[in-house]
Amino acid sequence: MSKRGRRKAYYARKVKTATHILFFRRHRKPGVKGWELRRRLGSDYPKVLSVLDNYLKALDLQVKTVFEVEKPAEKPTPEQLDKARFYIILRGELTPKETKMIGWRIDDLAGLAIAISYIMSKRGKTPRKEVEELLRDKLPGWRVGINIDRYIRYGYLMQDENEQLYLDWRTRAEVDQKALIDLLLGVET
Amino acid sequence: MQAKRQRKKLGREKLQRVTEMCRSVEERSIDPFLIDVDEVIEVIKEYFSEWELPEDLCLDAETIHHIASVIRLQGDWVKHRSTSLYTDPFLLEQKLTRTGREEILETFLKAWHPIVEMEQISLHSLAEAIKYWKSLLPLSERWKEILPAEIEAGLTTREELIRQRILSDKTFSEELENFWDELKREVKENGKNRRTRYWDFIGAGTYEETVHRAFMTSFLVTYGYATLEIYPLEEEIFIKPYEKQVTKIGKKQLISIPIAVTAEEWTRWKKGELT
Repeated sequence: MSKRGRRKAYYARKVKTATHILFFRRHRKPGVKGWELRRRLGSDYPKVLSVLDNYLKALDLQVKTVFEVEKPAEKPTPEQLDKARFYIILRGELTPKETKMIGWRIDDLAGLAIAISYIMSKRGKTPRKEVEELLRDKLPGWRVGINIDRYIRYGYLMQDENEQLYLDWRTRAEVDQKALIDLLLGVET
Repeated sequence: MQAKRQRKKLGREKLQRVTEMCRSVEERSIDPFLIDVDEVIEVIKEYFSEWELPEDLCLDAETIHHIASVIRLQGDWVKHRSTSLYTDPFLLEQKLTRTGREEILETFLKAWHPIVEMEQISLHSLAEAIKYWKSLLPLSERWKEILPAEIEAGLTTREELIRQRILSDKTFSEELENFWDELKREVKENGKNRRTRYWDFIGAGTYEETVHRAFMTSFLVTYGYATLEIYPLEEEIFIKPYEKQVTKIGKKQLISIPIAVTAEEWTRWKKGELT
């Protein structure tokens, strides 16, 4: 086998392993930490993930990296990658009909959109009461509390002991925050 | 003097107001620039020389701590406003209230990329699970109640305990002999009529030690190293050592005398209320 052939076979094997690790949930939360990938795939795991990402393009999926603090401006260091969490996410968009198929009611998802964008506009932290008031405008009162608790349970929001709401790990993994704000401001009312 | 006290009171009130204000900025995420840091620092400086009591100095330190937090929040605020993520909350709130649910949803779907994950059992894990299941004992066996065997209560003797090697004969005999010597010494030094008060002999610094001494004393009496003199009317008990061990078995009917050695009794003895 030529050198190129051996290299191809090597990455094909590694990509298969990476698929198994990333697609099947291994912990309470989905996603895998960089150091876990390094241990299973070797130190060139970023390269393996990039090959996998190319494969996933055709399936409208992608490998998403969520850094511990915020995305580094320059190329991330191996330490930053080790601490980051890697997920497989949808590359494109879902249609409203598709959201119903994955268990979301339109009202609940709109409520989540409002909660996330409002918290973002408040620099990532806002009292729960304010979000409740905002949601009560368009959702029946009895549903508001239930919905916020559900968003917290799913990992989209987080609440501290002073009833302040923050964005949690799932929002960081799934929502393109800048795009959301831009799109909302661009909506003609 | 009165004026100084008034001034201190005013200073305390001012610092408390500043602390409260800072706290509300920290907790409610309102604009941190609502607080004029220069002005607050002037107030802190103005009253600093007045503070003598530790409480006042703590209040001063707490105020500085809160001001430092507000300055940090001001820094974050500026940083956030300079990023592309900054949006006027009021503007966004207006947009959110005026936009229809469907529109908000459609907008959100353009920025939402849900995590993809799978849950599927593989043949390998199925085989492992079956293997585990086969080796698993039934619940009736795993949770079997271990009932203690019913044994009828009965009497045992010291000899039996020695035979079963629960007690060591030699050590106990030596300890008993030593204890007998101690009783004889005690009677010689502090006793009257070749006897001493029971509680004065068994009583010790701790309740546990007292119980142990009472236990040993009971053996002294049983094995004929000493005898008890009991005066029920006076509620007095004396212990009298024999010079030589007396064997009573067969000569006289032995009787058991229960003596309560409770923690309450011991406490009373410690206070000198028990004879």
